Amino acid sequence: MNDWIEIGRLEQVPLRGARCVNTPAGKIAVFRTAENQVYAIENRCPHKGGPLSEGIVHGGSVTCPLHNWVFDLATGEAQGADEGQVRTFAVNVVDGRIFMAAEVMLMAAE
Amino acid sequence: MKEKLVIIGNGMAPGRALEKLFETDPDRYEVVIFNAEPRVNYDRIMLSPVLSGEKSFDDIVIHGDAWYIKHGITLYKGCKVETIDRVNKTVTSVNGITESYDKLVIATGSVPFIIPVPGVNLAGVVTYRDLDDVNVMMLAAKAKGRAVVIGGGLLGLEAAAGLNEQGMDVTVVHVMPTLMERQLDPAAGYLLGESMKARGIKVMTSANTKQILGDKRVTGVEFADGSVIPADLVVMAVGIRPNVTLAKTAELAANRGIVVDAQMRTSDPSIYALGECVEVSGATFGLVAPLYDMANVLAAQLCGDEKATFTPVATATRLKVTGVNLYSAGDFAEGDDREEIVLRDASAGVYKRLILKDDKIIGTVLYGDTGDGPWFYDMLKRNVDTREMRDTLIFGQNYQGGAPLDPTAAVAALPDEAEICGCNGVCKSKITGTITAKGLTSLDDVRAHTKASASCGSCTGLVEKLLLLTLGDSYNPAAVQPMCKCTDLGHDDVRRLIIAKELRSIPQLMQELEWKTSCGCAKCRPALNYYMIATWPGEYEDDGQSRFINERVHANIQKDGTYSVVPRMWGGMTSPNELRAIADVADKFRIPAVKVTGGQRIDLLGVKKEDLPGVWADLNAAGMVSGAAYAKGLRTVKTCVGSDWCRFGTQDSTGLGIKLEKFMWGSWTPAKVKMAVSGCPRNCAEATCKDVGVICVDSGYDIVFAGAAGLDIKGTEPLCHVDTEEDAIEVIAALTQLYREQGRYLERMYKWLKRVGMESIQASIVRDLEKRRFYYDRFVFSQKFAQVDPWEERVNGKDAHEFAALAEFGVPQAAE
Repeated sequence: MNDWIEIGRLEQVPLRGARCVNTPAGKIAVFRTAENQVYAIENRCPHKGGPLSEGIVHGGSVTCPLHNWVFDLATGEAQGADEGQVRTFAVNVVDGRIFMAAEVMLMAAE
Repeated sequence: MKEKLVIIGNGMAPGRALEKLFETDPDRYEVVIFNAEPRVNYDRIMLSPVLSGEKSFDDIVIHGDAWYIKHGITLYKGCKVETIDRVNKTVTSVNGITESYDKLVIATGSVPFIIPVPGVNLAGVVTYRDLDDVNVMMLAAKAKGRAVVIGGGLLGLEAAAGLNEQGMDVTVVHVMPTLMERQLDPAAGYLLGESMKARGIKVMTSANTKQILGDKRVTGVEFADGSVIPADLVVMAVGIRPNVTLAKTAELAANRGIVVDAQMRTSDPSIYALGECVEVSGATFGLVAPLYDMANVLAAQLCGDEKATFTPVATATRLKVTGVNLYSAGDFAEGDDREEIVLRDASAGVYKRLILKDDKIIGTVLYGDTGDGPWFYDMLKRNVDTREMRDTLIFGQNYQGGAPLDPTAAVAALPDEAEICGCNGVCKSKITGTITAKGLTSLDDVRAHTKASASCGSCTGLVEKLLLLTLGDSYNPAAVQPMCKCTDLGHDDVRRLIIAKELRSIPQLMQELEWKTSCGCAKCRPALNYYMIATWPGEYEDDGQSRFINERVHANIQKDGTYSVVPRMWGGMTSPNELRAIADVADKFRIPAVKVTGGQRIDLLGVKKEDLPGVWADLNAAGMVSGAAYAKGLRTVKTCVGSDWCRFGTQDSTGLGIKLEKFMWGSWTPAKVKMAVSGCPRNCAEATCKDVGVICVDSGYDIVFAGAAGLDIKGTEPLCHVDTEEDAIEVIAALTQLYREQGRYLERMYKWLKRVGMESIQASIVRDLEKRRFYYDRFVFSQKFAQVDPWEERVNGKDAHEFAALAEFGVPQAAE
């Protein structure tokens, strides 16, 4: 399936910050790095469920606000000594508009 | 009979394709070109030097009229094609010329993107795309008026520099926080902005254009924040988009661009397309290198070589502004599967960054010294494994000898007269010579004897390498704990350098202090943000994205992602009205838990993030402000009832507590600050385990500080005794200010005392009244900008994005 759903505009997500997209199955955190890379990952730290969208964004990583686990936004993998992974979702930015694969929403709805 | 090839568009891409075609098979086609512009093919990239006056139009012509005649090409100048008849295989121009084709090539290029604001049609608003635009701008520049260039990308900056050269007063406005953010990382963008300013061009970033003002002619530009800049010329250079109008009219497949495959074929087998108007695998192209690659593929296809295919590769960008050296290529985003090498030379204005993946270069950003750009780019394209030269790679090609070099060897390779310390003019042989002659063994020794690295300290790394070179393994560098992995500097050095070098922003600091990462980490960013606020009150703009979540949304995050909200209760006093408001808020927002805190206030626990502004609005309405229960700043001032009620009370401890809290709230400090005022030595307010405490006695006030009752339990130390409330407030404010200026981020007051010693603190705050006054005045000044209730700001709309989802997708409603 190649359908993409628009979820918002690039400037609606703060630089070095994140916003959430609410789906029936949970929140997806959409990140924008200092260099305008956009990533989407599950908004839930595998350690203790911390909302990753609230963490400090540095380079291509985010630090969980609860216990400082660091995740790579592109792969979803925990960095350093911690082991774990969050789901990542495909996003696409065209003309400043952010799109997410429609199948993400459908999967989430099931 | 020859096949007939018709080309719509006469830009650089079809020009290159024809050159290739004529090289391979010069007699295969009869060629007809329609050019919407009334001229021959020219080098569009070189329009900027034409605008700045460094070149003329004749200098940038690629194919003169003679070339078209020599190859028997029919060139229709100023003829825009209006329709393509795919059934009869003909094209027709606006002025009625019809030509038939066997093969058709669409190369309509791109059109400037016009931001949809009122006033874009006024006279004096131009785009920057072709020679006509340049001519309009050069004419306008003759009047030497004011120009506003909207767009801080490649095109906008070149236009700005050109207009500046032509004598106009130029302002560049850019919607993003740093210039050229698509090609440069923020550090290089910062340097570029500084260089633009140095040549007299004003730069406004994060600026949203609201409208262009004027009646018939443009008179100015208004921004979303209401500010206005007068302008006689407005250049719109925010970007381009593929020109697909004609292709869409002809019902060829097109999305953003005309859809072509890797052979440059459109959805019609007789029609090809190339250049900025096309889209290959979803990507469009604006730089010349991939367009020339397309031209080669197209020429091969036209000659019958169907194997030729177009593969997009990373492209390099250079800014064509004289005196600005800037180079970027490939993918320079960070990622944890990537490594980066950063070299900064602050005094020379050099920034170099390489991004590596699996030991191969995948991107580079160079500023100031771009000499090695093509070398890096070449290795990027050829996928060269850089493991062998890893340690010296960033120094460039000249440092790559036969054998692998280490960074110390690179320093060893410097000539004797190479300047190491720019501040004090100390060369390499002076340092190595002095180390040997005087038997020096440490960095401090070298600083004392040669002054090298004794001023700004940015050459410390080089001096240490020279010590290592001269002394060998006997050199043991002093262990200064670096702030984090992004720097070798400790907190104290960073604070000293912020003042010494007048560093006023985080990107500036990271450049000048040669940070090893491009945007820091979760450890250094909050620290730097605090140091900036504490050093430059009223000037530095707080960077919310460098704060932990609690300080960014002004509430305390809980384990389930909800928040707790604690309003101030001055000195622990409250009233029926406040309590009613708190009860109403708890009911209205179904707040699950209400608790009394240890700091004599009330905590509302389990508030949903999206409810925070509503909760605050109701608390504000009852006169309450944020209790800063989340802040590295003043928390509570706990009091007992003192002489108002207590039979033992010696002074009005409640009143003094309220005065202290009202005077000191809002201040940011290295770590949290809790205070208390007890009305007698029985100490019911527990002042002797606080960061600052006051014990009231008959003769006045004993001031104590540096207590803790958390991870460590520690009683306070006595600071001094004062006679009046006024003196008590002055001492406490001065003490807090000294701590604000000396404390390392996250270092509580008791740890600060342990580090600097009681003697130095008493010398500044107790014994020298002038110094005390100095610190007090600085605290008062800083408070002018700090005492803004963050809740009220957010109730009024600040950071609204924090409290709402970007998008909501509900469960689809079942059909009935």
